[in-house]
Amino acid sequence: MSFPAPRPEAPRLPQHLHRSLECQQGAVRAVHFNADGNYLLTCGSDKSLKLWSVSRGALLKTYTGHGYEVLDADGSYDNSQLCSCSSDKTVILWDVATGQVTRKLRGHAGKVNCVRFNEEATVMLSGSIDGTVRCWDTRSRRMEPIQVLDEARDGVSSLKVSEHELLTGSVDGRLRRYDLRMGQLHVDFVSSEYTGHQNKDYKLDCCLSNKDTHVLCCSEDGHVYYWDLVEGSVTLKLPVGKAVVQSLSFHPTEPCLLTAMEGRVQVWGAEPADAESDTAMTD
Amino acid sequence: NMASDGESDEDFVTYGIPLEPLEEGKLPLRKPVPLQDQTVKDEKGRFKRFHGAFTGGFSAGYFNTVGTKEGWTPSTFVSSRQQKAEKQNARPEDFMDEEDFGEHGIAPREITTTDDFASGRPDQIRDKAKAISSLSAPIPGDTLLEELIAPARSSIGVQLLRKMGWKDGQGIGPRLKRRQRKQDTDEKMYGCALPPTGSEESEDDDEFVPENVTFAPKDVIPVDFTPKDDIHGLGYRGLNPLQALGGGSGMGHINLFTVDSERTSSLFGGRNRGKQRKGGIGGQAFGVGAMEEDDDDIYHRDTMSNYDAVLGGEEPGDGLYGWTAPQQYKTKKRSEDAAYVGKILEGFTLGSQPTEAKTVFPPPDLPRDYRPVHYFRPVVDPSSVSPLVAQALQTSRGHLSLQDAPQQGRHTLDSAQRREMLGETTLQGPSSVFDLLDRKDRERLTKASALPTAQSGQTFKPFDKNPAKQARYDLYISRLKQGDKDALELSLDQSMTEWERGREREEFIRAAVLYKPSHSLLSSRFTHGKHEDDTDSVDVARDQENDVDDKQAAVKMKMFGKLTRDTFEWHPDKLLCKRFNIPDPFPGSGIIGLPKVKRDKFSVFNFLSVMDPPASTSSSASAPPAPKSSSVASGKRSRWDVSGQESQVKDSLSRFISEARIEVSAAQQDQTSTDTPPSKTAEPQADQTAKKAEDEEEAEEEEVRPPIDLFKAIFASSSNEGSSSSSEEDSGEEEAQAVEPQPIVPVITPTVNTIALPVLPQAPPTSSLCATTGRCL
Repeated sequence: MSFPAPRPEAPRLPQHLHRSLECQQGAVRAVHFNADGNYLLTCGSDKSLKLWSVSRGALLKTYTGHGYEVLDADGSYDNSQLCSCSSDKTVILWDVATGQVTRKLRGHAGKVNCVRFNEEATVMLSGSIDGTVRCWDTRSRRMEPIQVLDEARDGVSSLKVSEHELLTGSVDGRLRRYDLRMGQLHVDFVSSEYTGHQNKDYKLDCCLSNKDTHVLCCSEDGHVYYWDLVEGSVTLKLPVGKAVVQSLSFHPTEPCLLTAMEGRVQVWGAEPADAESDTAMTD
Repeated sequence: NMASDGESDEDFVTYGIPLEPLEEGKLPLRKPVPLQDQTVKDEKGRFKRFHGAFTGGFSAGYFNTVGTKEGWTPSTFVSSRQQKAEKQNARPEDFMDEEDFGEHGIAPREITTTDDFASGRPDQIRDKAKAISSLSAPIPGDTLLEELIAPARSSIGVQLLRKMGWKDGQGIGPRLKRRQRKQDTDEKMYGCALPPTGSEESEDDDEFVPENVTFAPKDVIPVDFTPKDDIHGLGYRGLNPLQALGGGSGMGHINLFTVDSERTSSLFGGRNRGKQRKGGIGGQAFGVGAMEEDDDDIYHRDTMSNYDAVLGGEEPGDGLYGWTAPQQYKTKKRSEDAAYVGKILEGFTLGSQPTEAKTVFPPPDLPRDYRPVHYFRPVVDPSSVSPLVAQALQTSRGHLSLQDAPQQGRHTLDSAQRREMLGETTLQGPSSVFDLLDRKDRERLTKASALPTAQSGQTFKPFDKNPAKQARYDLYISRLKQGDKDALELSLDQSMTEWERGREREEFIRAAVLYKPSHSLLSSRFTHGKHEDDTDSVDVARDQENDVDDKQAAVKMKMFGKLTRDTFEWHPDKLLCKRFNIPDPFPGSGIIGLPKVKRDKFSVFNFLSVMDPPASTSSSASAPPAPKSSSVASGKRSRWDVSGQESQVKDSLSRFISEARIEVSAAQQDQTSTDTPPSKTAEPQADQTAKKAEDEEEAEEEEVRPPIDLFKAIFASSSNEGSSSSSEEDSGEEEAQAVEPQPIVPVITPTVNTIALPVLPQAPPTSSLCATTGRCL
């Protein structure tokens, strides 16, 4: 390449409050962007799952069918399906448009902490407190999981699916990477590296920023902590409120952050709110 | 040949020439004919080639020519002037090959029945062809004339019969007397018998016929035994086109289900053929011609009366059609009770002997106080019951199975009993161990063992300290076993106070529930295995995770990488691979998940994982002094900057363990390399070995542990590629340029690998990688 690579612009961190949504569904256990970042899903402790528009802040649909607190949700790449998991040990596949339950999958022995679609939404993966990750087929009507990954020694608290890899975080302090292409399982022993936040009682979310420059994590002291990914140093300590920030989600492409605290979801942007709206108008 | 002698196997009739018996061991081996040898030859040994459907599918002649290799030579002209007399007519057969006369040829020569000997049965196909041609003829019914003037030709059989005096319409057989014949033709009477009025012909004849006149037997219509080869219903015969089209309307009754009237008539030379036929097409849909006089059924009103509702219709004669009836039926006695006549099914006769009436005895009168419940009295094994109970049982009920003792097997006898039975003399010397003991000791022993030995049969004694109570309990248990309702009340001591008894009752019940005999207790807890399992092996994950302590130590030293990572072979499900659009990494393997191996269940080595020495040594190593780096200089503390003191912290226990491991592994290596006994392990002082190990460690780890600059270089470069922090950009770049990127990759930590995914060009940006670090329940 003859031209020098353009100097990467400084990552903009979402630190300005844009919008606050009162979800009216009890405590919001998890908040999640959809695949393109235009919508967001909130999981309520009143057994409901809600779909919102991020730009307008409007409630689009409420999905009811769980028997207990909804703990996590994810949307498929084409926005046609949702999956959610709950303390009632079930995983539900929803039809977005009709709000009907497409499939209700039972099999976990405990509450289901996290659920994710794979890239093509052909498989749902759910990690539970019972220490297993179950791979559910969304294509067939089979009620049994395709495979049960029971290598974890303790509850599975987080999941991430990439093209051919599964990442599971477990309470036993290990990160397991299932490489489907190589047929290998890598078990990494990890310990806390990004320190400073407070986490004692809750299952808190963490994520990476849209450009993977920063690590973000909720904290029980009402802040969201930003660490530099490489340096491991706290870059920003974003005050959200007084209560516990329980969940957060970063926009897949833009510097936009969702935080969930109690029954409220807040949308954060890199620019101040008015400026952002101005640019949105000019666009 | 028919055997007339009285030999045993001469009863059989054998035909043909018997095969020669096969010699033993010389069984004919039937080898299959190979494909190239499977050829077809004709009678002359010439190869036949498949050629087409004509001439049986094979080529004619010599390679599709005439019959010889030389070809067809035209016949030479021969003047027939001189030989006019012997002029011969060429027949078609003169120009045909002999194959053509064969079975599959075009003009097969076969033995056929000539018309003279043909039976009267007409050719069905010819009949049909004739019927159709008659209808399609320019003048319908044209063949009527032909049939009228058909030559009177009868078969040889009929001619022979006529010569023997047979006349048409008569039966075949010896002539009969009048009586006999009447009996044969006697019809079954249904209901009440008809009065013998002279209405019937036979009765009329009866009176005028003299005694010595014989009669020919009545003609019987033979049963048609033509096999059924169609799929029509039984007795069905398709519409005769002659009838249906030719004269159907005139007949009125179209009988589809004539069982044999049509067929049998056709058997006799078709005498009735065309009797009722009319010329011309009639019936519905054809209108009425000007020449026809009857126009009754133009509109073909079909009524149900035109059809039979019953199969068979009217039966001729005796209803047997000449079939030889079974013997019983023939010699049936007609003098039976009139009440049964007509009620007996055909083929059945009345029984000659009346069946004996069963005598039914009334049930016995039950005693007034009889309760219709039976319980089985348990047979109590005396060995399992305390002597008190046994005694009580013997006195009270007397069904203790003591009498059974002699019947028990010989194994239950002891040596003394056997000796007595055999009449042997007693052995000299002490017979028991007790005899060798002191008298005092013996007394003491007997005293001590008196109670337990007496009650050794019972498995559990909850009230051992109180013999009376124990006896009461035993009594209660035994009564409980017998199913006694008030076992508890009976076994309690009546002399005790009410409160005491109440307490004891409670105790006994609880004890009985708790302390069942051990075998029943166990059997209630366990079930039999469905299938036999390997008792001494267990499924263990093939790859064991390494020691956690070392990992923790490595994590503390920020040495992510080989130390903190375990890599296993993992088999994803086939369907999962399919759903992920990924080829199965282990195609054909039936394993799912981590591969398992069978190991001995009780082996300690299952649960010990011997570390490879370099890992352990490096884990317990202390880091060399870290060189000053730019990031430290910039004022921000990075997590990759690790001080030596921090990494050195390790609890003494894990240190000791790792040292011991080194020892063991060193010893093993020694043993494997040379057969000489290891010197280190022989040393008695643990201190010395530990010290030595420490020395080794220090020596080794300097090679193993890479300098901190390496990490810095790797991570700084990766950060530059993937993303860059805002503030330290310049310094980072400088540093990356300053430090040569060293080509040592295996130490790159896995976490960084996964996090710095955007380096891969095709991978989508992983937006939120959830590491476990922040998550905790």
